[in-house]
This record gives sequence, structure tokens and C-alpha cells, in this order.
Amino acid sequence: MNALTERPEAVPATFDVMRLRDDFPILERRVHGKPLVYLDNAATSQKPRCVIEREARYYAETNANIHRGIHCLSQEATDAYEAARDSVRRFINAGRREEIVFVRGTTEAVNLIAASYGQRFKPGDEILITGMEHHSNIVPWQLLCERSGAILRVASIDDAGELDMASFEQQLGPHTRLVAMTHVSNALGTINPVRKMIDLAHSHGAVVLVDGAQAAPHLEVDVQTLDCDFYAFSGHKLYGPTGVGVLYGKAALLDSMPPWQGGGDMIRQVTFARSTWNDLPYKFEAGTPNIAGGIGLGTAIGYLESIGLDAIAAHEHALLRQATARAADVPGLRLIGTARDKAGILSFVLDDVHAHDVGTILDSEGVAVRTGHHCAMPVMEHFGVPATVRASFALYNTPGEVDALFAALAKVREVFG
Amino acid sequence: MSDLRDLYQEVIIDHSRRPRNFGPMPGHNHHAEGFNPLCGDKLTLYLKVVDGIIEEVRFEGAGCAISTASASLMSEALKGKSEAQAEELFARFHALLTEADEKQAANQAESLGKLQVLAGVRDFPARIKCATLAWHTLHAALHDQAAPVSTE
Repeated sequence: MNALTERPEAVPATFDVMRLRDDFPILERRVHGKPLVYLDNAATSQKPRCVIEREARYYAETNANIHRGIHCLSQEATDAYEAARDSVRRFINAGRREEIVFVRGTTEAVNLIAASYGQRFKPGDEILITGMEHHSNIVPWQLLCERSGAILRVASIDDAGELDMASFEQQLGPHTRLVAMTHVSNALGTINPVRKMIDLAHSHGAVVLVDGAQAAPHLEVDVQTLDCDFYAFSGHKLYGPTGVGVLYGKAALLDSMPPWQGGGDMIRQVTFARSTWNDLPYKFEAGTPNIAGGIGLGTAIGYLESIGLDAIAAHEHALLRQATARAADVPGLRLIGTARDKAGILSFVLDDVHAHDVGTILDSEGVAVRTGHHCAMPVMEHFGVPATVRASFALYNTPGEVDALFAALAKVREVFG
Repeated sequence: MSDLRDLYQEVIIDHSRRPRNFGPMPGHNHHAEGFNPLCGDKLTLYLKVVDGIIEEVRFEGAGCAISTASASLMSEALKGKSEAQAEELFARFHALLTEADEKQAANQAESLGKLQVLAGVRDFPARIKCATLAWHTLHAALHDQAAPVSTE
């Protein structure tokens, strides 16, 4: 993804958005008598038919518990689930399948690291995050700090919503044990220079967790090129099912970490005296997982790969450019988040109408957006607003839908005068 | 969906733009904070209650048009009411917005005076908590609850 104003990239001719829309049954829906214009993709994306059908087919034909049974269905279910793990490995270019841990979502992945890796933290150790984190990349660290006596530091952001690199560098020090930062901000759309940040963190001996919840659906992610130690993302923002997500971790680090939850599947041997742990990644996968969800996620990844992340990024970026240009013509509209490098998120406020009132009026026009603090209250505080309206784009959105968003905004003016 | 004009009536737009009784109140003897964590709406309500009668009501904070207008209209409606009358008004207002039986809800409307302009909110379930935030905060203030009220 390129800078917003500088290098417009071409959407490949093979990318046919109208044909792709046919893959998403929900897009045929009408809301309040109007065609659904779904622009709340940063909250969760819609699911293509292939994902919905794959989950249904799993339950209809193969449902069984995995890694346990000797019978045919269990073997088929295990194979499908493990094939999904291979798809994830390929998708983020991890070196080994053992480095892919299935979790419930990004939030659980962050909590896993805080709980397990965090056990080695001591009073005075420092954790560095940024001022644009989602609550799920703030609160687990606060809890860890309370438990361990570690100190939470925050690198500041500027008024465009970009990371202040000087602040980031300044806060890195000999006590920094872990850096946790978002790849793409959910509230602002900012794409962080994670490669550079990871190198800086490593030069101070810190390990790095990247929250990829908003990046994985929109950017090509290569964990080996990034050289991050941990990378987390959710299935449901990636056109996959809810309740499944991924924690990537370098094998050596995962190996050195204690289990997080105890239970079935994560053990090698259990006696009342002591238990020993299963190999990676199963050491971190206690209990029966979301089998159908994992398989569905594998299907979603296959679907994305068939279209190409580059094409999707270019398409969404074109929509963002169109929307940003339109926004400049709306009186009283202030964009929140104007970073040079942005993913397809348009966050804004109107000077005299609260975001919730905007949200209700847009909804009455069939336009679904998120309004509120986007689980990023510190970001709202930085910009001095209680809430924003956020339109976020996905591969199936069209220029016509951007027009519909702005037509609905004109309706806000009609109501509020 | 009902017409947006049923929700955003002129009176509501007016009270949201020019909230009555807005600002701090020195000399209050009850107060409480209300918070809608999902929306970020916040308000602080101040009361001066003398011999069981609400003599003065003021509020401050930031919220959407519905929550601001509701707080403003409430502040006007409460003056001169006894604590018991205020609680009863809340019950009737709540019924206006949430009573499943439309007829019963409509019955409340007549006794609510100006507050009935908020009746349109009942067709927008996601916004009911905006309209009731001030009233939940009133309840907390009358009972001197220390913890902020949350609509969640």
C-alpha cells in the first residue's frame, strides 16, 4: 500500500468488483428498504459463500473431534484443520507450521503472550506500546504490569495520527523487554512503519508483537521479512468466521514459553505429580478448538489468495482516495487520521452533529458504519473528540457505495439543518 | 424504520443545540455521573433538593443529540417535583420508550408533557440508552450513588 496522495497504484483489470460481490450473499440484503451499503469492515467483514458453505459442509459431513479419534471422521476433521494451519503459514510466509497457533482472535493472542511470555517479567522491566493501540493491545499489558511490576510506556502520535518516531526511539531503552504495536490503526487507518520499528526494538534487545488485526485483510504480510517475534490477527476481519484467529510466534520463543491454558490436547503425559507438554503449536491449544472456524479460515485465505492481496489493496486504496476527496467538500467535516500511509479507513467527525446521530441517519439510508470510540479511547482523547464516524472499505465495496455514503451524509444536513 | 423526523423532532434538535440548565451548579446537594461506555456519552447531573422537593437541576457533559436533549428536557420537567414524583416520571418515561404494548406506551405519553417528543426513540432500539442516560443518572443522584452510572 502506498502513500495516500503520492503514488496512485492501478487496480488490475482482472479485479472485477461486481463479479466478486456475487460471492457475498449478504450484499443482496436490503436494510430499511434500501440496498445495504456495508462500510463497517474494520469491525468485521462479510463472508463469501465458499466460507459459509465450507463451515456448513464440515458440520454436515465431517464433524468430529480432532487429534484424538482413530475413526474416519476424526481423521478427516484433523486433516482439514491442519490443512488450514498450512494455509495460514503460507499466507503470512511463516517458516514452519509449528509457529502457527490457533486462538479465538487477536485479543486472545495478545492475552496469551502477556500471560505466558509475560511470566518472565520483573519489576522495572518495560513494555512499549504506541498511542494508537486498540484497547486489546493496552489492557493485557496493564494487567501484566499490575502482576509483575513492569512499567508500561507509550510512544506518542502526532496530529495526523502518525507515530512519532522520535518518541518511539526515545522510549526504547535497556529495560525495554517487549514492544507491542499495531500494524494498521483501527481508528485512524494509519499504516505503521513496522519493519523499521521492529529493527529498532531488536537493536535494544526487545521482542516485538505486531497486532495485525487490521493489516492482514488489506496488506501482504510476510512475517519473515518483517522479522517480528509475534504476529496476531483475527479470522473474522479476514472474510473468515468469528471465534478463530492466529498467533504466529518464532518457534524458539514459543518453545521457551510456558503453556498458557491447561487441558486436553496440550499435554504429552499427565500424572498427579506432574505433567509434560505437547509439541508446538499444540502446547498452546488446550481444549477442543473452533474446528469449523479454523477450516473456514483456511477457505477464506484461499479465496483471498485467488484474488490477490495486491489487487485488493489497490482497489481499497482507490476507494479511500475517492472518499477522502469527497470528504474535503463536506462543510464542517474533519478527518481524524490523515497519515500519509493509510489503509482503507475514513474516520471523521462533523462539527455540530454527534457521531451517533450521524450513524443513525446513515443507517436509515442503508449505510452501515461504525460510530463510537472504536475501542481506542486514548486515540479519541488525543484528537479531543468523544467519538468518530468510521467508514472502512473491503474488497467488495464500490465507488457507487462511496457516493451512497456521501449522499447519506447530505441527509444528515437535511435533518440537522 | 420510522421517519427520521419522528426521532429528530424540532424540539429535540433545539434542546440539543441549546441545552437548558446546562453547566455546573455551586451549592448542589446531590450529584451523580452517567456514562455510556459504548458511545462515550458522559454527563454530570447536579440537584438541589430542599425538603424533598427538587428546586434546581443542572447538568454538564457531552453526548449525542438524543442524550443531550433528553437531559435538557428532563431538567425542565423536574423542577418543583418531589423525589417520589421524579422517580414516577422516570418510570413513565421508561415505559414510553420500552413498553412492548404500544397502547400502554401511548397512554404514558399524555401525562409526560413535553417529554413525549422523545417517543420516537422507541423505534430506534440502539438509541434508547441515549435517551435514558440522564434519567438513570437522576436515580443515582437521588440515591447518592458514588459509582458512575453506566447504561451497559
